[in-house]
Amino acid sequence: MISVRDLVTRRQRTGILLTAFLVCSGLMAFAQARNSCLDCHSNLPEPLGVSVETYSQNIHAQKGLTCAACHGGDASSDDPEKAMSRTAGWKGKIERKQIPELCASCHADAERMKNYNPGLRVDQFQQYKTSVHGIKWSKGDAKVAVCTDCHGVHDLRAPSDPRSSVHPTNIATTCSHCHADAEYMKPYGIKTDQFANYEQSVHHDAMVVRGDLSAPTCTTCHGNHGATPPGVANVTNVCSNCHVFQAQLFQTSPHKDAFAAMGFPGCVTCHSNHAIKHPTDEMIGTGEKAVCIRCHTDGDAGFVQARAMHDQLENLQSALSASEEILGRAERQGMEVSQPMLQQAQAKDALLKARVTVHSFSESELKRDTDAGLAVARQTHAAGEQALKEWKFRQVGLGLSLVMIALTLVGLGFYIRNLEQK
Amino acid sequence: MASPATGVRDWFHERFDLEGIKALAQKKKVPAHRYSYWYFLGGMTLFLFGVQVVTGALLLMYYRPGADEAFESVQLIMTQVQFGWLVRSVHSWSANLLIFMAFAHMFSVLFLKSYRKPRELTWVSGILLLFLMLGFGFSGYLLPWNTLSYFATKVGTEIPAQIPIIGHPTLLFLRGGEEITGSTLTRLFGFHVAILPAIATFLICLHLALIQWFGMSVPPRVEAEWEANPAARREIRFFPNFVLRELMAWYVALGMLGVLAALFPWSLGVKADPFGSAPAGIKPEWYFLFMFQTLKLIPAKVLGMDGEMLGILAFGVVGAVALLLPFLDRTKPFNTRRWISGLACVFLGYMAAMTVYGWVAK
Amino acid sequence: MSSVPDASAAAPSAPPDLPRRRLVNILLGTGLLASAASFLYPIMRYLVPPKLPDLGGDSVLAAKLSDLKPNTAKTFRFGTRPGLLIETAAGEYRAMSATCTHLGCTVQYRPDLREIWCACHNGMYDLNGRNISGPPPRPLEAFEVQVRGDEIFVRRKQEA
Repeated sequence: MISVRDLVTRRQRTGILLTAFLVCSGLMAFAQARNSCLDCHSNLPEPLGVSVETYSQNIHAQKGLTCAACHGGDASSDDPEKAMSRTAGWKGKIERKQIPELCASCHADAERMKNYNPGLRVDQFQQYKTSVHGIKWSKGDAKVAVCTDCHGVHDLRAPSDPRSSVHPTNIATTCSHCHADAEYMKPYGIKTDQFANYEQSVHHDAMVVRGDLSAPTCTTCHGNHGATPPGVANVTNVCSNCHVFQAQLFQTSPHKDAFAAMGFPGCVTCHSNHAIKHPTDEMIGTGEKAVCIRCHTDGDAGFVQARAMHDQLENLQSALSASEEILGRAERQGMEVSQPMLQQAQAKDALLKARVTVHSFSESELKRDTDAGLAVARQTHAAGEQALKEWKFRQVGLGLSLVMIALTLVGLGFYIRNLEQK
Repeated sequence: MASPATGVRDWFHERFDLEGIKALAQKKKVPAHRYSYWYFLGGMTLFLFGVQVVTGALLLMYYRPGADEAFESVQLIMTQVQFGWLVRSVHSWSANLLIFMAFAHMFSVLFLKSYRKPRELTWVSGILLLFLMLGFGFSGYLLPWNTLSYFATKVGTEIPAQIPIIGHPTLLFLRGGEEITGSTLTRLFGFHVAILPAIATFLICLHLALIQWFGMSVPPRVEAEWEANPAARREIRFFPNFVLRELMAWYVALGMLGVLAALFPWSLGVKADPFGSAPAGIKPEWYFLFMFQTLKLIPAKVLGMDGEMLGILAFGVVGAVALLLPFLDRTKPFNTRRWISGLACVFLGYMAAMTVYGWVAK
Repeated sequence: MSSVPDASAAAPSAPPDLPRRRLVNILLGTGLLASAASFLYPIMRYLVPPKLPDLGGDSVLAAKLSDLKPNTAKTFRFGTRPGLLIETAAGEYRAMSATCTHLGCTVQYRPDLREIWCACHNGMYDLNGRNISGPPPRPLEAFEVQVRGDEIFVRRKQEA
């Protein structure tokens, strides 16, 4: 076997290795722009310090941008004088008021953004200018949110990164940094309980606890860059993006015009805006937990409808419970009731449908769904009764055959005795 | 004056030696002593086997072997077929009673020493029948294709795979492949309804023929007593006295099966999902529990060898000893007979304790 | 078996009274017959097949060729659950479970949308059963379609 040692001399080997090293380092340097700023700033204390790790998380850093991309100056130079020279364009610390325009200098430039990610939108700044935040910013308010308040600055991650402050699961927390701070929000005169309320809601439960990214968070209803509360007249439109049927039924119900006339905020009137709890059958009707009695009083048409609808739901629910109970009893006695139990699942469909149809606020509409459910519940209940009857039949049959067997045993006993008495 | 009955009898008389058969039957005697009640166990086992054959044949009318049909066909039997629940529950309960009875019969024969010369082959055929019954139990258990069956079979077929050299081929043979699939079901079904019954029929006929040939054995102690005092010897006729008593016992058994089937019907379970995870605390049927629990308790390594494999080999040794027991029983050159009784007692106690332990353990 | 006399014992004692013997014989006979009947009756009933059609994952006759036109569908019973058989606009047959994977409602074919729709919460599936919009988390289970003569059979996808 010939080895490399035999083909080249030692000197030649050294030369080859050195050249290879230089070429490789050169290539590496080419891939990442030299970011001399971090050499010093990674060792400085707050607020001047930015560690290498922090900056490496930044999506801009990963795309090859240095500190100079935002702060200006010369990032390739090791000499602080040259690196942080005004002639080189160094801006120093960026003022809050300057941030939106600074970010927009790239992010609103379609030609430039195409080089990095053609799929990204370039209208964020435009949207921002229409938002409550943007309007106040343009009037000189320095407290209001700017890009970095939500997106972070040196550790700014892509929104799809679960650790990003604007990842869907983190948005509510990010907004709450200001909007839950009563002191901070004093000059604006708006409530600061939204986050606390949202934490109690089903949407929070779906998003943060169950990890369902399709669940709504602040920006889903309020917008992100163009963040503005939808306004009383438009609430139903916002909710209807997901809750299609309920919205459709509402639009054809008597409540649509009534709410509009009274200036009520559509869905929010009954369901609240942030603290949207899981609805229960108690919400409909005339009981103490019902929302209907907030407006309707005894004697008016709505009151009558509310009570009727509640009764229908209750009927169906109790019919379902009754057949579940009897089927459970039959099963515990050892009877095979897997088929009626499957059918029962279809009866539950009807209850689910009914709870959506409630939004028509029409007792006759609701009746269609509840009647369908009651029909199935009747069948499954009958199946359960049949199973129990069958069980009884078996016990009776067993008893009878045991009597026969006992008779035979007695007969045999005597027969044997007779036989052997001979 | 000839009634139809006498006409039929005469027809047979002209062709067969009925009188001769009747004389033979009259001659058959059963010794009567304080241990005679144990004689019922063999017939009871045979009766329960008969119940299995009848209920099994009936189940075959509706059962379909095949991973996508087996569970549904059992469901059909339990819910739609008239008295299907009865046939199936009797089959399942009788299976358990049968195996219990087979063990009881074996132990009683062992303690009463009926395996002695000249009845060695009767014992051997009996032990083989016991193994067959366990085989019936194992193969039948998978047939409903529910979660319990599936995983019990999975664990059960993995155990022999531990045996060196022949282990993996054995697993392939039992499973019809690497995993438990529809092929396993077909294969075990074939065993359960054709192969094992064929072998069992042969062995039962052999077993009964040998019993007929040699007559009933009398325990050594009683034999000694009777030798000392010939007048004390007692016997009863097989036909009709013993048979009638056996019939009573069989009727009691039928009653029990009815009670069990009606009050504790066998559950359908949930259809097996091969991709699902095994339910927690999965264990085999009670008659395999003592082996299962033993394997669980053996430490992973014993004297440098794999613990589970040692356990299985130990079972093999016990099985071989059981099979060859009559040849190991001697009074000279040294008295192994007493040792056999003692060891059998210990083993029985061990089996019972391990079964209970396995039952209550999580 | 203590009081068992030997078959060969001599001197027969006086036989029990005839009427008593008759009674015992009748008792025994009745018992045997009655118990035999109580075993045979269930067996006889068992052998008569049940009226209900085939349950189980076997082939199910879903529809006749004439039942469907292009861009129409039919709901049929598959075992214990509903199934959906669709003839697409191109004339292909598709069959799948009609149980919505969201909360179990029965889905339907929408010829106007050429997609499968669940009326309960607006879930949508494409013609392969894949969940494409709305709350359903999983696709609909697809079945195999076999056309024999003028009948369309549906069965579960065969496992290995």
